[in-house]
Amino acid sequence: MSIADLQTKLLAAARANVPGGHVPYAFEKRVMALLADHSPADQLALWVRGLWQAAASCMAIALLLGAWAFFSPATSSKSDDLSQNFENTLLASVDQSDQAQ
Amino acid sequence: MDQTEAELIASVLRGNAASFEPLVQKYSPRVMATARRYARRESEIEDIAQEVWLKAFDKLKSFRGEAPFEHWLMRLTVRTCYDFLRGHQRNRESSFTDLTEPETDWLERFVTQPESASENAEAAKLLVERVLERLSPKARLVITLLEIEDRSVKEIAQLTGWSVPLVKVRAFRARAEMRKILTKMARDKYL
Repeated sequence: MSIADLQTKLLAAARANVPGGHVPYAFEKRVMALLADHSPADQLALWVRGLWQAAASCMAIALLLGAWAFFSPATSSKSDDLSQNFENTLLASVDQSDQAQ
Repeated sequence: MDQTEAELIASVLRGNAASFEPLVQKYSPRVMATARRYARRESEIEDIAQEVWLKAFDKLKSFRGEAPFEHWLMRLTVRTCYDFLRGHQRNRESSFTDLTEPETDWLERFVTQPESASENAEAAKLLVERVLERLSPKARLVITLLEIEDRSVKEIAQLTGWSVPLVKVRAFRARAEMRKILTKMARDKYL
């Protein structure tokens, strides 16, 4: 089967099938009713609404993080202190050379 | 006395929305016929046409009147149809094993005696519709405008807002994409 011939044949079939311009009954009335309901989007109002939504989300996240930091149990044990462990590991070689001297 | 198009548009721009109705009435058949090239269900076609008219009303201020209103409206229609295609990319990955009996018969007739498989047959129309549905939105738009509606590259560039070289590149890729789909169809059916 020649794919190029099939393509030509099918495109000819599509060309022969001209779609009609039939319009549903009272379509223009429906469009006019839609236009009456439809007000052009106020750009400023859209921006204001978007910014308020963003501000509310940020506030909610800040409150959640604040609550989490406030209510989470304090880690007093030295072994749990990640920053201290990191510093000890990083400076281990310096400590060893100090002790050797 | 009938108002001319320019008078109707000027009236709409002055705030008289009712003057828009004669324009909707006059050009809806053209908009509907174009939408029928890209959508199959009547509900989808009506949605596209409504979308076109809402956009036309909103953007009427941008119509400068240098070209006929119909050209401006057709640009808007083609772009709305393209948006529709991008939003409804269904059936693109399915196989061709579910062809109907008339479609399979037409294809078999084409394989055995290509001349006897008429392009006017209903099965051929359904088959090409299936193939077009599997094309990417860009490819379908280019194939429809260039190969089916027989428009020039320059016209397509004006309708789509793409540059002339870009239309040529996309037309080349679209034909290749269509051939790939047809090859897959032949493989699904005969291997």
